[in-house]
Amino acid sequence: MAERERKLLQGNQACVVGAIYAGMRFYAGYPITPSTEVAEGCSRELPRIGGRFIQMEDEIGSIAAIIGASVSGKKAMTATSGPGYSLMVENIGYAYMTETPVVIVNVQRGGPSTGLPTKVSQSDTMQARWGTHGDYNAIAVAPSTVADTVVETIRAFNLAERFRTPVTILLDEVIAHSRSMVEIPQEGDFPIVDRIKPTKPAGRDFMPFEVTENFVSPMASYGDGYRFIVTGLTHDQHGFTTNRADETVVKLEKLRNKITRYEEEIYKQEARWTDDADIILVAYGSAARASLQAAQIAREAGVKVGVIQLYTIWPFPEKPLLDLCAKTKKVIVAELNMGQLVHEVRRVLPGDIDVHSVLRYDGEILTPLQVLEKVDEVM
Amino acid sequence: MATVVKQKSDVVLDYLRPGKKFPSVWCPGCGNGTVMSAIIRAVDKLGYSKDEVVMVSGIGCSSRMPIYLDFSALHTTHGRALAFATGVKFAQPHMKVIVVTGDGDALAIGGNHFIHACRRNIDITAVLINNNIYGMTGGQGSPTTPDAAFSTTTPYGNAEKHFDVCDLAKAAGATYVGRSTVYHAPQLEKQIATALEHRGFALVEAIANCHTYFGRLNRQGDAVAMLNMFKERSVTTAKAKEMTEEELKDKWVIGTLYESTEKSEFCEEYQKLVDRVAKGGR
Repeated sequence: MAERERKLLQGNQACVVGAIYAGMRFYAGYPITPSTEVAEGCSRELPRIGGRFIQMEDEIGSIAAIIGASVSGKKAMTATSGPGYSLMVENIGYAYMTETPVVIVNVQRGGPSTGLPTKVSQSDTMQARWGTHGDYNAIAVAPSTVADTVVETIRAFNLAERFRTPVTILLDEVIAHSRSMVEIPQEGDFPIVDRIKPTKPAGRDFMPFEVTENFVSPMASYGDGYRFIVTGLTHDQHGFTTNRADETVVKLEKLRNKITRYEEEIYKQEARWTDDADIILVAYGSAARASLQAAQIAREAGVKVGVIQLYTIWPFPEKPLLDLCAKTKKVIVAELNMGQLVHEVRRVLPGDIDVHSVLRYDGEILTPLQVLEKVDEVM
Repeated sequence: MATVVKQKSDVVLDYLRPGKKFPSVWCPGCGNGTVMSAIIRAVDKLGYSKDEVVMVSGIGCSSRMPIYLDFSALHTTHGRALAFATGVKFAQPHMKVIVVTGDGDALAIGGNHFIHACRRNIDITAVLINNNIYGMTGGQGSPTTPDAAFSTTTPYGNAEKHFDVCDLAKAAGATYVGRSTVYHAPQLEKQIATALEHRGFALVEAIANCHTYFGRLNRQGDAVAMLNMFKERSVTTAKAKEMTEEELKDKWVIGTLYESTEKSEFCEEYQKLVDRVAKGGR
């Protein structure tokens, strides 16, 4: 294998590297700490490769512009933090309804409201699932290192294109602003997924929202000659607005089934030392790094601690978690909030497994020591 | 032998979306239909292919238009049409992007996107159908509801001041600004055609009747009575020059109000930047 170029990058810069590798050629955004370096990187890099960067008037405009670009055939991204994500959620719902692939990076900081702009948090975990109104199935991925950020950003684009849906990358301030040496991927290192284009000719037979075998409809771009309708109103398979009960059910179940029937394709987690573990730590993002270190220290001291690091947060990896925790009796969920992921873990695991929380929500990082103290407490 | 005379309306039928079940959501006599016809005739005269036109809208009565027409349609969220349209145009600069919006959609919830689209001078044609009221939700006051006018949320008369759409667009940086009414349909059509050919952000304000709500609540009569009012209360730009401010009160000045080719268009400017960077410049 050829020697890879290595660069010292921030997590936010790694996100730009991954996005461009995945084929992102359109970025619209609005400055917000701690995500701004993503916008700065895109403003520098995109013109060099014939891409488009635009700083919009606000986050609502940013998500609107990338959806407009995506239906026009571009892979498009925006990056923000909690307050900006809150402004975006209506149009993220529009992307769910119109089945438009876009990637939204949320570099999490402390909240609610303006909160702690420069401090780390994972308190938007649930927002990534339930942020916008209505019924829908979300996809969210989460790296835990700068190098991971390249890989997970590529994966986010691939999932968005594969499922015709918005995908959120849950970064956090610590990863976004940490610097590490990162290998720059070369062509062929990772598969790149592109939306499926229609093969049917334009006309009455072409239905832009056809319920196909896997529920995902081929996607034309504006200018391709299909002249299709994209609307946030409930619509039939032709794209015509409807309020008929039967057609409403078809649409909503299409949105659900295209995700729920293919969750295995979306799950990604890494299990370490879980086979014989008495206690399993479950975490993502920077909390996963503290958990890994804590488990290593515990193992060296002869305590059997395992770790499940989640890279896919939504859909929540129910089956993988059940399998990996089958032989353990105690689970600790480590997260930088007042307890969000833990609700999912409790929902999924059988009642005879004790599920505990180790939380931090003061804007500081979770330390391995803090996790170890919790291990000691529940042992 | 009977001669088939091609009716002027035939061209309109050519552009209605096949397969769409009509009627529309618009009330009989609504001004939106006249504006739609004017847009169709302008596009037809300019000889644009249907495939190169994208019609973008937000939420409201007028915003239903893209669904009825055989162009690419992007019917978006309330107030955000211009932001979505910015994404479409910037991604595919060769496309003709038409935004259809209303006074509530463009100026209340979408006011921020409106001024910034003007400022960027991005090559989008915005047709703002101004009926001075929220029609779809049932007749509430809007940012263009005149002083003291009645609506379902100004039952004792409007205490707020209203926007002059064209002044706002010009001040914000739009490079074509025109106003017409649905009474002056041929002029409206010409103005939309000029706006479409203009390179830069073009705004056409189409004064339209909502006799169902605005007309009824303000005792302006039915659709025909309101059209007659548009006729009587409109003055051309030439005539307006000879009138005093007092005389112009309660009048609509119609025609091309502002046109400039001095400012560069956003997508073209960005392409220049891309070309410069490709040559290693900064």
